[in-house]
Amino acid sequence: MSAPTETALGLTESRSAAGRALKVLTYLLVLVVFAGPLLALLVSAFNHVKDPTQLSVVPSDPTVDNFTVAFDQGVLKYLLNSFFVVGFGLLLQVAVSVLAGYALARKRFRGMTLAFVAILATLMLPEEILAIPLSVILADLPVVHINLIGSLAGMIVPVGAWAFSILVMTEFMKEVPKELEEAARIDGAGDLRIFAQIILPMCKPALGVIGVFGFTMIWDQYLLPLLVATDSSSYTLPLALRTLRVDPLVTPGVVMAASLLALLPSVIVFLFFQRSFVHGLSSGALKG
Amino acid sequence: MTSLDQVKAAAGPAAGSTPPARRGPAPTAPRGAGPPVPRRVRNRRGGRWWTPWLFLAPALILFLYFKFIPMASALTMSFQEVQPYLGNRWVGGENYATVLSSDGFREAAWHTVVLAVGQTAGSMLLGLTLALLMEGQGRRLGFVRSAAFLPVVVPIAVVAELWRIMYHPTEDGMLNSLLGLVGFGPSGFINDPDTSMVSIMLTGIWRGAPYDMMIFLAGLAGVDRGLYEAAKVDGASRFQRIRHVTLPGLRAVLTILFILAAIRGLRVFTEVFLLTNGGPDGSTEVVMTVIYKLGLEQNRLGVGAAGAVLLFLATLLLTVGVHLFRRRGNE
Repeated sequence: MSAPTETALGLTESRSAAGRALKVLTYLLVLVVFAGPLLALLVSAFNHVKDPTQLSVVPSDPTVDNFTVAFDQGVLKYLLNSFFVVGFGLLLQVAVSVLAGYALARKRFRGMTLAFVAILATLMLPEEILAIPLSVILADLPVVHINLIGSLAGMIVPVGAWAFSILVMTEFMKEVPKELEEAARIDGAGDLRIFAQIILPMCKPALGVIGVFGFTMIWDQYLLPLLVATDSSSYTLPLALRTLRVDPLVTPGVVMAASLLALLPSVIVFLFFQRSFVHGLSSGALKG
Repeated sequence: MTSLDQVKAAAGPAAGSTPPARRGPAPTAPRGAGPPVPRRVRNRRGGRWWTPWLFLAPALILFLYFKFIPMASALTMSFQEVQPYLGNRWVGGENYATVLSSDGFREAAWHTVVLAVGQTAGSMLLGLTLALLMEGQGRRLGFVRSAAFLPVVVPIAVVAELWRIMYHPTEDGMLNSLLGLVGFGPSGFINDPDTSMVSIMLTGIWRGAPYDMMIFLAGLAGVDRGLYEAAKVDGASRFQRIRHVTLPGLRAVLTILFILAAIRGLRVFTEVFLLTNGGPDGSTEVVMTVIYKLGLEQNRLGVGAAGAVLLFLATLLLTVGVHLFRRRGNE
C-alpha cells in the first residue's frame, strides 16, 4: 500500500518501532480477550475436563471422549433438530421476504403505507414481550386450531416472517431499473414471471445478506424453542446445553463439546459469508 | 452504491436482447386491436388491485398470527384472571396493581435498567475504542477484526455456558486465576450477590462490543477524509481531531446503536436465565425472568401479561423519545 487511507486515529502513520510494538500489543490483547474464551472452549472440548477449574487454552492429553459421551446423551438428535429448524425456517423466511419485498418495492397500491407500517411495527414486538400469549396461541392457533407446542414446526413457522429480511429485500429490489420490468411487461409477462425471472435473479447479493442473517437469527433462537419444546425429543442444541449441564454425570468437557457443535454452524456461515454479513450489518444499521 | 451499479451493468444487455426476440409473434396475438396494444396489456396485467396483496399475504398472515394476535391477546390477558378451562374473568387493572406494587417487580425493573445502561454504555465505549484502534486496511488487521467479531455469531446459549465455567468461584477457576496473577482475591462472580450483576454485564459487553465495533467501523468509513486533512492543516491534535471531526461524523451511528442496545437491554432474558436465573438471592432478577416465572412457571398468565405490556410500553417510550430528541437536535 503506497498511500494508506487516513484513519481517525492516524495510527497507520506511525512507523516508529515503539508505535509498531504498541499496535501489535493492542491486537494481541484484543485477540486474547475476544477469541481467547472461544479457544478455551475449543481446547476443552477435546480435553478431559472433569471440573470447571480445568478449563484451559493449553491442550494436554487430547481425547474425543467428550463427544462420545455427548452423543450418548442425545446431542446428535438435538443437532439434527436444530438443522431441521434452521433449514426449513430459513427457506420459509427467505421465500416470505422476497415475495413481500417484491410487492413493497415494485408496486404502488392503496394500503401500501399501512402494510409498511405494520411490518415496521413488528420490530417493536420481539418474542420476549409476546412470550406469554405466544405460549397460549401456539397451543391452539386461532381459526385453524392447530397445536404447535411440542413440535419443531412451532419453532419454524413463527420465525417465517422477519421484518429485517423484508426491509433488506425491499430496499434492494427498489434499485432494479424500471425499464427492465416495462420491457418484459410489453412482452406480456405477468407479475409472477417478472418476479421470478427478472427481479429475483438480480437480487443475489441481497439473498446472501438475508440468508446469513436469517441463519444466525434462527440458530440463536432460545426463548421460542423454550416455549415450544415440551420434552427432550424436541430440544434444539442450544436448549439442550442447559439440561446437559445439570446432569451430574456430564462433565464440563462434555458441555464444551456440545457447545462446540452448537457454535460451529453459525461461525462457519459467518466466516464463509463474511462480506454479506458485514455489508448487511452496516447498511441495515446505518439506514435504520 | 456499488450494488446499484452492478444491477445497472447487468440490466444493460438484458434490456437490449429480450424485446427483439419476442417482438416477432406479438403483433399477431391481439386481433384487430391496432397499435396502442402495449399500453392496454400493461394496464390489464399490472393493474389488478389484489396482486400486491397476494405477494404480501404470507408475511402479513404470519405477522398476524405471531405478532399482532399475541400482542392483542397480551393486552386482553393483562386485564383478566386467566383460568384455562374455567374461562377468563375480567379483573380490570388489578393485574397492573399487583405488578406495580410488588417489590420483586420493582426491584427487577431497577436491575433491568442498571443492566441495560451498563451494557449499552460499556459495549459502545469499548466498541468505539476498538473501532478507532482497528480502523484501516491490511490483511492482519482484517484477521484481528474477524476474530474479535466471533463472539457476536456464537449462540447466546453457548456464551452463557462458557462464561459460567470461566466464572467458577474458586481460586483456580479460569478468571479467578487470572485475577490472582494481578494480585486480586478470588471473586464469586455470578455466585455472589455483590458481583453477580457486574458479571452478567461483563459477559454482555464481551458479546456486544464487537458488534458495535463493526457498526462504528462502517460509520468511520463514511467520515469525510477531507475534514481530517483540514484538521491537520489547522494543527489539530489527535484528540481534537476525534472530538471535533470523528465523533460528530458518527452521530447518526451513535443514535441508532443506542436505540438498538437500549431496547435489547430492556428485554434481556437468555443470558440472565442461563447464567443466574435471577439469583443469587434475587440479585440479578430482571423484568423478563420475573415475567417468565410468573407466566410460564407459576401459570399466573394475567399478571405476567401485565408485566409484558409494561415492558412493551417502556421500549415504545424509549424509541419514540430518542427519535423526538434526535429530530429536535437536527433542527
